[in-house]
Amino acid sequence: MDDFVRLKYDIDGENFTSAGEASTMVKRNLRQMGFSPETIRKVSVAMYEGEINMVIHAKGGVATVDVYDDKIVIVLADEGPGIPDVALAMQAGYSTAPENIRSLGFGAGMGLPNMKKYTDEMKIDTVVGQGTTVTMTVYV
Amino acid sequence: MKIKEMAELLGAEVLCGEDMLDKEVKSACGCDMMSDVLAFVKEQAVLITGLCNPQVVRTAQMMDMVCIVFVRGKRPPAEVIELAKEEEIVVLATTERMYVACGKLYQNGLSGGSLVNG
Repeated sequence: MDDFVRLKYDIDGENFTSAGEASTMVKRNLRQMGFSPETIRKVSVAMYEGEINMVIHAKGGVATVDVYDDKIVIVLADEGPGIPDVALAMQAGYSTAPENIRSLGFGAGMGLPNMKKYTDEMKIDTVVGQGTTVTMTVYV
Repeated sequence: MKIKEMAELLGAEVLCGEDMLDKEVKSACGCDMMSDVLAFVKEQAVLITGLCNPQVVRTAQMMDMVCIVFVRGKRPPAEVIELAKEEEIVVLATTERMYVACGKLYQNGLSGGSLVNG
């Protein structure tokens, strides 16, 4: 069961308007592949929040989605500032997003908690000053 | 309730999706914070908001919502309408404020629906 389909996207960090395009494409692809609406929603919401995070905090990055028969693995890698205190960042309501992002409807401190909530496994590898890689798995 | 009836109750203008006004909706969510929509919404078909950027449509799309109502007389930019058309989401615009718009819909049978994980 090692066969998988890889979807890969560059996330444009300069453009808040286009944030979410990659998640939209993943959603369409998964629908065409015949996954259940619940699985598709979990994957697309988790990835969407991650994409928004990369645009807000890290000037973009790369999203890789590996689709297996029994699981979907999302890897979001950026070369942003890193997360100094992961436990604090995971707290619902904690946010370091600037005020202008709040006026766009984000920065409520729900991004990472949402990503954890919608996925079965989530791992954060982060080095301050070098970047962050978030790996999320949704079992089908 | 049909989307058409919602539009009548709110005196709303239909900005796109005229061919989908007969769709039936059962619940709604009123919110300006998109992350909260992503956190708390489960099966709400309608998003009522005063926020007017493309992320509103993306959020609705991620949550499989079928209709967005812009309140307080806000008019979303053309790119927002275009995105909604692509995603087959009905867009309504009303001059009602958020509280009143939600109240009218709730009073007429559109519930708050259920929450993710309670």
